[in-house]
Amino acid sequence: MAILTYREALNRAMVEEMEKDPSIYLMGEEVGHYQGAYKVSQGMLEKFGEERVIDTPISENGFAGIGVGSAMVGLRPIIEFMTWNFSLVAIDQIINSAAKMNYMSGGQFPMPIVFRGAGGAGGRLGAQHSQAFESWYAHCPGLKVVCPATPKDAYGLLKSSIRDNNPTIFIESEVLYGSKGEVPEQEYTIPLGLGEIKRKGTDITLVTWSRALGFAEEAAAILEKEGISVEIVDLRSLRPLDENLIYESVKKTNRALVVEEGWPVAGFGAQIAYLIQKNAFAYLDHPVERVTQMDVPMSYAANLERMSLPNATRVADTIREMLQ
Amino acid sequence: MVSSIPKDSQSVSELKEFYRQMVLIRKFEEAAAKAYSVGKIGGFLHLYIGQEAVGVGSIAALTPKDYIVSTYRDHGHALARGLSPKPLMAELFGKGTGISKGNGGSMHFFDRNAHFMGGHGIVGGHISLAAGIAFASKFKKEDSVTICFFGEGAANIGSFHEGLNLAAIWKLPVVFICENNHYAMGTPEYRALAVKDVSVRAYAYDIARDHIEGDEVRKVRDHVQVAVERARRGEGPTLIEVSTYRFRGHSMSDPAKYRTKEELEAYKKKDPLMRARHELELGGIKTEELDKMDLEIQTQVDEAYQYAETSPEPPLSQLHKYVYSEDK
Repeated sequence: MAILTYREALNRAMVEEMEKDPSIYLMGEEVGHYQGAYKVSQGMLEKFGEERVIDTPISENGFAGIGVGSAMVGLRPIIEFMTWNFSLVAIDQIINSAAKMNYMSGGQFPMPIVFRGAGGAGGRLGAQHSQAFESWYAHCPGLKVVCPATPKDAYGLLKSSIRDNNPTIFIESEVLYGSKGEVPEQEYTIPLGLGEIKRKGTDITLVTWSRALGFAEEAAAILEKEGISVEIVDLRSLRPLDENLIYESVKKTNRALVVEEGWPVAGFGAQIAYLIQKNAFAYLDHPVERVTQMDVPMSYAANLERMSLPNATRVADTIREMLQ
Repeated sequence: MVSSIPKDSQSVSELKEFYRQMVLIRKFEEAAAKAYSVGKIGGFLHLYIGQEAVGVGSIAALTPKDYIVSTYRDHGHALARGLSPKPLMAELFGKGTGISKGNGGSMHFFDRNAHFMGGHGIVGGHISLAAGIAFASKFKKEDSVTICFFGEGAANIGSFHEGLNLAAIWKLPVVFICENNHYAMGTPEYRALAVKDVSVRAYAYDIARDHIEGDEVRKVRDHVQVAVERARRGEGPTLIEVSTYRFRGHSMSDPAKYRTKEELEAYKKKDPLMRARHELELGGIKTEELDKMDLEIQTQVDEAYQYAETSPEPPLSQLHKYVYSEDK
């Protein structure tokens, strides 16, 4: 086992896949000469040259469209958005072009493209740079949506995403880039649509993904001292969704709480709550609850940002209430 | 109407072929309009009537390895590429035998084998996509060229500017063809465009430009050919404006009240089909021969109509198919 940071794991996944398959290229703002805004593509320009590690002007719609067009004729682009906040000017290409191409052509144009980059709140970046968009993209059939929480998952899931023949929204957590974790030295992949029990427990099921896993784990550690046993389900990908893993856990614990970084209204947690009541209603001892970001744009002020984001205290408090 | 009388047998037969394609498009569109009016075609239906010489002339400049990216007004381009009218009409009827298996409809014709890269419904969104296909050709060191059709309405959306800039800085083998029919839906160009000729926007990206009147099919071909060859030589993109006119409204639901009858009649005098027919007659083709050709094409379109009508709808099992691709 090597200890890698989340960004190093992502880098290793891209490098290995690009070494194997010459049809893969990486494109985005500052991915080459600058070595990546978050240094995820560090060293890749030197390895693969300007033909395959391609700096773009600030033209998200344009280079997302380049990616989609090139994927129609057999290339396998990795399109980096410096952050997912900027993907909104490219969302036409993602939703109207990438997600629809195979369907509206009657299966003639598979879309092997990965859109990846930093998502969620960073640290006091304000309203336009602190947004978790996975629920937006998960809404749309035709896309796959992947949100890894650990270096090990980031590596295995990115490799699967690159090999997938469908447009994949790969949302990395901005605050996790420097986080470290064990990553097997042997090559491996993690299939999309396979969640993982990150912590076994008996009293409540905590469903989460990406950065919010950290809040969940912290809360679980606090509650353990109080004799409360929390099971944590890390979904890892929202589309496809490992529904059975959720139900199996809920059937055991009889309670479920969704913890997510994004906003509550029409957030992905609402879909999970729907699925649990639909498919495991008889097992529930308590309504499904959610801990999400507050229903406000992000403030710059440190105290308000703290208050807006979910955290371990809110998670623990909610669980205590649910177990009363 | 004096220039370009075909002078030798080769140019006569070439013009005859272009005329055949244009008549096919015209009659196909007339049949589609008829089917639409009796409820056999749903959704929007944007007809290419009046603009035939643009598609036919432009696509004649291509080889089979080249790519075509089209708009929601894509029937004419597909027919000019040589796609059979049967699966195209069937697509309009929403049938399983359609070119996109009934999943696309009028705005989304696709044919991978013919390098017909779609009908795209979001105005201008496909411009950077076309640059992406050209990017792939360059990446793979193939000498294919991509041509991208769009209207003058698309010249004001961001994707146009981003696509042209990216194509310019990377010298991509793509030819941008603006079919200026002077109305973006109901908005005349003078109310929407800061320039009188879209092709001058090429200066902003330091790429080649051209402007053509779109009623003379061989002239369109000749000009587009220059741009295609430039792209194939690796000298980068060209922006061409072809001035044209649609004789019908924006779509079937548009009575086109925003323009005058006089204007329409003036343009109809420049009908590219009439022009080609007249030139063929001057080149020695007998009226009877042209009439016979028209009749044969009508039969071909009638058969396509019949095929579309009698084809089965897609199986219900197709609903979930193709959302994701399963093959690797």
